[in-house]
Amino acid sequence: MTNNRIDTAFKNLRENNETALVTFITMGDPDIDTSKKLVIEMEKSGASLIELGIPFSDPMAEGPVIQEANVRALDNKDGITLDKIFDAVKELRCETQIPLVYLMYYNSLLTYGREKFFERCTECGIDGVIIPDLPFEESGEIYDYTEKYGVYQISLVSPTSSEERMKKICDRAKGFLYCVSSMGVTGVRDGFNTDFDNMFAKLNSFSDMPKCIGFGISKPEHVAALKHYCDGVIVGSAIVKQVAAGSTPSEKINNVKQKVQELKEAAAE
Amino acid sequence: MTCMKQERKNAMNNTGKSGKFGIFGGQYAPETLMFALDELETAYNKYKDAPDFRQELKYYLNEYAGRPSRLYYAERMTKDLGGAKVYLKREDLNHTGAHKINNVLGQALLAKRMGKKKIIAETGAGQHGVAAATAAALFGMECEVYMGKEDTKRQELNVFRMELLGAKVHAVTSGTMTLKDACSEAMRAWAANANDTFYVLGSAVGPHPYPSIVRDFQRVIGAEIKEQLMKKEGRLPSAVIACVGGGSNAIGTFYDFIDDKDVRLIGAEAAGNGVDTKYHAATVTKGEVGVLHGMKSLFLQDNRGGIMEVYSISAGLDYPGIGPEHAFLNDIGRAEYYPVTDKEAVDAFCYLTKTEGIIPAIESSHAVAQALKIVPNMSSDDIVVITISGRGDKDVKSVARYMGVEIND
Repeated sequence: MTNNRIDTAFKNLRENNETALVTFITMGDPDIDTSKKLVIEMEKSGASLIELGIPFSDPMAEGPVIQEANVRALDNKDGITLDKIFDAVKELRCETQIPLVYLMYYNSLLTYGREKFFERCTECGIDGVIIPDLPFEESGEIYDYTEKYGVYQISLVSPTSSEERMKKICDRAKGFLYCVSSMGVTGVRDGFNTDFDNMFAKLNSFSDMPKCIGFGISKPEHVAALKHYCDGVIVGSAIVKQVAAGSTPSEKINNVKQKVQELKEAAAE
Repeated sequence: MTCMKQERKNAMNNTGKSGKFGIFGGQYAPETLMFALDELETAYNKYKDAPDFRQELKYYLNEYAGRPSRLYYAERMTKDLGGAKVYLKREDLNHTGAHKINNVLGQALLAKRMGKKKIIAETGAGQHGVAAATAAALFGMECEVYMGKEDTKRQELNVFRMELLGAKVHAVTSGTMTLKDACSEAMRAWAANANDTFYVLGSAVGPHPYPSIVRDFQRVIGAEIKEQLMKKEGRLPSAVIACVGGGSNAIGTFYDFIDDKDVRLIGAEAAGNGVDTKYHAATVTKGEVGVLHGMKSLFLQDNRGGIMEVYSISAGLDYPGIGPEHAFLNDIGRAEYYPVTDKEAVDAFCYLTKTEGIIPAIESSHAVAQALKIVPNMSSDDIVVITISGRGDKDVKSVARYMGVEIND
C-alpha cells in the first residue's frame, strides 16, 4: 500500500461500500480565497476527492461552463498563477487530508518546469494530475517524475477507446481511472447513449483499479443511474455553474454546498 | 550520406506512430479524439499512395483547381532589384485564390473514402473556410465552419461566401474569438461528432497525423517548382521563400528541397508592429516550446504558460504557433525564419502590384518583403522563387485602411 491519499480514500470507500463523489472547481474563480473555502465546504458536504482546475487560456477538452470559469480566473485582477495555487494548496493541507488532484493542460506544466512542478506537488500535498491533452502516447513526458515524486497521473478512457487501448491504459493506470461518459467535451448533456454495461465489463476485466465516471453528470438522477457501474462519479461543470450563479463569495459557497449535498445524497442512497 | 540526409532520416524515423519531428509534433490530444486520429491515420496510410486515390486527386487538382500553377519569371522585379533572378510560384491563380484548395481537395477526397458525410473546418480570415465550403459543394457534403466572432465581423464577405456555398458558419465566442479559438472549437466539435464527421484542418499544425497530411497535400507546390525550374533554367533555385503562419504553403514549398542542401529555405513570419512590441505573431523569433492544439511546437506565450493573443495585419498569419515540422527545420538549422512587419508587408504588396501587375495576398506579401531584403544582395547567377500563396483582392480594403485611404462599399 502506498501512502498516496487517493489510494487510501478509495480503499476506505470500497471497504464501506460507498460511492465516491469527485467534485471540481476552477482555482481562482472568482478568487483564490474563495477557492480555498470551496474546497473545505465541498469536503464537509460529502466530496471524496477534489479536482482543482488550473486556469489555461485554451482548455481544449472543456465545454462552455468551465471555459468561462477559466476566463474569469485568468482575468482576475490579482493575477492567478500556478505558484499562488500551490501556496493555496499548502495552506489547505493544514486543514484537510482529502485527496487533491490538479486538472490542467500540459502547457501549464511544461512551461512551469517538470521537475519543479512535481517537486512542488509533493511539497504542497497534490496527490495526482489529470492532463486531458497528455494521452497514453505522450505520457512518457512525465512518467519519470510521477514515479520519482509519487504523484499519480490519472488516466482517462473513453467509450471510443479501443479494447487494445483500454488494456494498455489500464495496465499503466494509477489512483483511479477517469472514465469519460460519452463523446465530446465537459458539460451538460441531454443524456448518455453509451453502453455502460459493455464499457465497464471490459474495463473491469482489464483492471481492478477504482473507476469513476465523468463528463455531463449534473443531477442526482445521473448519479443514481450511473453509480452502480463504478466506484464513483465526477461532477465538474454543474458545480462550476453554481459558483458562477452566486453574486457574492458566500452565496457561491452556499450554492456549491447545496449542490454537493444533493449529489452526495444520491450517491449514498 | 550527407549530414542533412542523416538528420532528415532520423527525423523521419522519429515520425513513427506518434508523428514526431525531432522533439516537436506528437499527439497531445484528449482521449476522446484518439480513436478519430487513429482512424484518420489508418485511412490516410491506406489511401495516400493508392493509384485510384492519387488519380482522382490529380484530376480535381488539375481540372477543378487549375494546377499546375504557373512559375512566372518576374522580369521587371528582377531588373529593378538588380540581384538574383526572381520567379513567382503563382498559387494565387488556383481556384478560390490560394494554396488552401490543394489540401482541402485531398482531405475532402479522403473524407469521402472514409464514408464521412460531413466536414468541419476552422478558419481565420476565411480562406480555408471558403476552400472547405467549396470542396463540400463540389462533393455534395455537409460543411460547418468555425470562425472567431471577431473574424466574422472583420471578414463579413467571406462569411457570406461560405454561406452561399452552402456551409454553416459558427461564430466562436470563446477566448480571444480569433483563429486559435476557432481551432479549439472545431476540435471540440470533432470530439463530439467524430463518428460521422471529418475535420478538415487547414494548416500544417495539430495532432499527428495532420501536420504530415497537410504537408503531403501541399508538397505539390515545391515539387512543381522543382520540375518547372528544371525546364526553364536546368537547375535548382538558390532559395525558396514563403510566408509562415501555421506554415502550410511554406512546408509545401520547402519539402521537396529539404535534401537539396544548397537550396536555402526561407520563411517569412508576421512581425506586426515589430517583434519588440506586444503586437506581432513572430513565433520562431519570439516563441518558446509549448503544447497546444494537439502538438508540441513553438508558441508565443505569456509568463504564466498561457497562449498569447497575437497580432498581424494578415489574418492568415495571425496564429500563436507554427507547424511542428517548421519548428524542427528551424531547430536543426535547415530552414531560416525571419520576421516581417506590417509596414514591410504593405510596401511589398504595393511593390509587386505596381512592378508586375500581380496583387499578392497580404500573407504572401510577407514573403515578397523578405525577398526584397535579400535579392539585391545576391548575384545574378542566383535564382529565388517566391511562393505567392494567395491573391490579394481580399486585402485591398485593409491595405487602404492601413494607408489611410477611405473606401466606401
